[in-house]
Amino acid sequence: MSMKTSDDPFKNRVSKELTNTFMRGAVSSAQERFQTRRLKQADELGHWEEWRSHGEEIRQHVLANLDYYLYELSENVSKRGGHVFFAQTAQEATAYIQQIANEKQARKIVKSKSMVTEEIHLNAALEQLGCEVIETDLGEYILQVDDHEPPSHIVVPALHKNKEQIRDVFKDKQGYDKTEKPEELALYVREKLRNEYLTADIGITGCNFAIAESGSITLVTNEGNADLVTALPKTQITVMGMERIVPTFEEMEVLVSLLTRSAVGQKLTSYITTLTGIKDEGDTDGPEEFHLVIVDNGRSDILGGEFQPILQCIRCAACVNACPVYRHVGGHTYGSIYSGPVGVVLSPLLGGYEDFKELPYASTLCGACTDACPVKIPLHQLIHKHRQVIVENEGKAPVSEKLLMKAFGFGAASPSLFKMATKMASPVMSPFTKDNKISNGPGPLKAWTADRDFPAPNKENFRDWFKKRPIGGEE
Amino acid sequence: MKGIIENRDTFLNKIAHQLGRTPTKNIEQPIWQYQPQDRVLKDATQDELVAVLQEQCLNINTNVVITNTAKLADTLQTVVDSFGGRSVITWKDDRFQKYGLSQLMNEQWPQANIDLYVWNSAQPEENIIQAEKANIGITISEMTLAESGTAVLFSDKDKGRSVSFLPEKSIILIPKSTIVPRMTQAARWIREKMHSGEKVASCVNFITGPSNSADIEMILVVGVHGPIKAIYIVIEDQ
Repeated sequence: MSMKTSDDPFKNRVSKELTNTFMRGAVSSAQERFQTRRLKQADELGHWEEWRSHGEEIRQHVLANLDYYLYELSENVSKRGGHVFFAQTAQEATAYIQQIANEKQARKIVKSKSMVTEEIHLNAALEQLGCEVIETDLGEYILQVDDHEPPSHIVVPALHKNKEQIRDVFKDKQGYDKTEKPEELALYVREKLRNEYLTADIGITGCNFAIAESGSITLVTNEGNADLVTALPKTQITVMGMERIVPTFEEMEVLVSLLTRSAVGQKLTSYITTLTGIKDEGDTDGPEEFHLVIVDNGRSDILGGEFQPILQCIRCAACVNACPVYRHVGGHTYGSIYSGPVGVVLSPLLGGYEDFKELPYASTLCGACTDACPVKIPLHQLIHKHRQVIVENEGKAPVSEKLLMKAFGFGAASPSLFKMATKMASPVMSPFTKDNKISNGPGPLKAWTADRDFPAPNKENFRDWFKKRPIGGEE
Repeated sequence: MKGIIENRDTFLNKIAHQLGRTPTKNIEQPIWQYQPQDRVLKDATQDELVAVLQEQCLNINTNVVITNTAKLADTLQTVVDSFGGRSVITWKDDRFQKYGLSQLMNEQWPQANIDLYVWNSAQPEENIIQAEKANIGITISEMTLAESGTAVLFSDKDKGRSVSFLPEKSIILIPKSTIVPRMTQAARWIREKMHSGEKVASCVNFITGPSNSADIEMILVVGVHGPIKAIYIVIEDQ
């Protein structure tokens, strides 16, 4: 199963999203706010580069010893009465969770936000069994009510929608009769969901960071929904990507400090919760039964290879908020649940080049993502690596690029052809040239100039210039 | 009872294989090259930490009231009144008595028609019903993080998680001695407790103000699934 969110070709998605004026306005103003807040927090904290380096060394150490820490985690979860299921594939994970839902005869399931459950299509698997699955994060709930629209941002899933659209979604689907004021919309959802928490059979969460030493999981929210999801239902299932783990509470603290600042520009979000095992004896709230599902789903294939640094990711979306391409095309263009630079790197690795071969080209390689990353993932270098793989191993370079390279190879192989081509470039291109720019190029240039200008070839080629320059030179 | 672990060996073998070695159950403890967290508010006095906490609470929609044990009952009464009184739920915790709140809670409130429900581990269902109904929940911070304005709560049979989550308003008592620079100190303290044989609470909450969301057009809405209002009462001589 893939994490694809659209069957529309990439180019159509780009064209469609570029005309979505509300989305484009919302994304650019959100990016600005996120960036300003993040930089302010980094500045207030001080020694930000050192914090990033610490984040990086923690993540790298964990990845290099991942088997050790997952072993320790599973032992400690088990000691506190929790069950641990290691799932190699998405199917194994969903089948295990379906089996629990069946055993519990679950009818209603509440969920807090989790990218990995999106990745494995867990909701659809549970709905197949006849379970009602309710997303409780405000943004996710809005998308779910709107016929399961996919998220467009890792942290703010409904970023592309305005409040009037949200009001209409609730009005059309649920008979909501109040205004589009965010306070009223939020209060409506609060009241609607309160009873769901109290009557749900199972609560499902993701996991920001598991703590190996104590066998705990850490959940980071502002709404407090994850706390109700885990405090009230009798059974709790937590699904984690296998790399989302730290050695102890101390490293969790460092990464949470980096995450909340980088994601939303807060020192800490309203609720950071660490949960360990099942509820203690005499406890009223907390689960009687706890299952931790640790998901590989393609991650281990990334380990040990040149893309390993992407597994350092803590899903803060700082790279998304810094990306000039995301700013223009928005999250849905990526056609993956993971958008922005992290999505460009991760989607082809987890979902395959076939579905996501265009994504590495949805980047200017400007490196803003790399600078923003709190755990120093060299994102733009990894994007560049993808392009190399696509061209060299996969043979999936865009057609015009292939033609161009073929022609260049043919022309450059013979000195006389090369000489002629470079001499001819300027006169041949002159009908297309205006102000030293080509705005509407022919043949293989068409794809390039559809979106931007191409510099016109110089009237004099390099060899002629070299020969004529004052100091002289020889051919 | 220990939980069941399934499919572990194959899973970990694959990881080790990818890393170019056999699975390991022993590693050297990491020595970190960087430790920037120790520098934050390193030499701050307790009074300075209180000031940092107050300043930060302006950012998190949380009022801070500073009082002392002698005046605590009056302060709490004022806060409860400002939240509209009606019904209060608290943990079952000896510290309320130690802080001189028994008379207020057990005598004055019944007379003023304020319902008080004290968490009772023998009545789990009633606990949730009452927490859901209560207007105000009162809890006590075990450790308080000045930098972020965060109260740390540990759950146990007498200290239900729902007291801080289900009521519309949340009052957190903060003994001044519990204030530390940041989350670093809390993480170390929890580890020290663990290493001395104490069980980590099944739920550790780091709570920073009322619940909120900016999911709709990035506009901040305070009060989503958890409390809509929160206030910290700092007790200077505790």
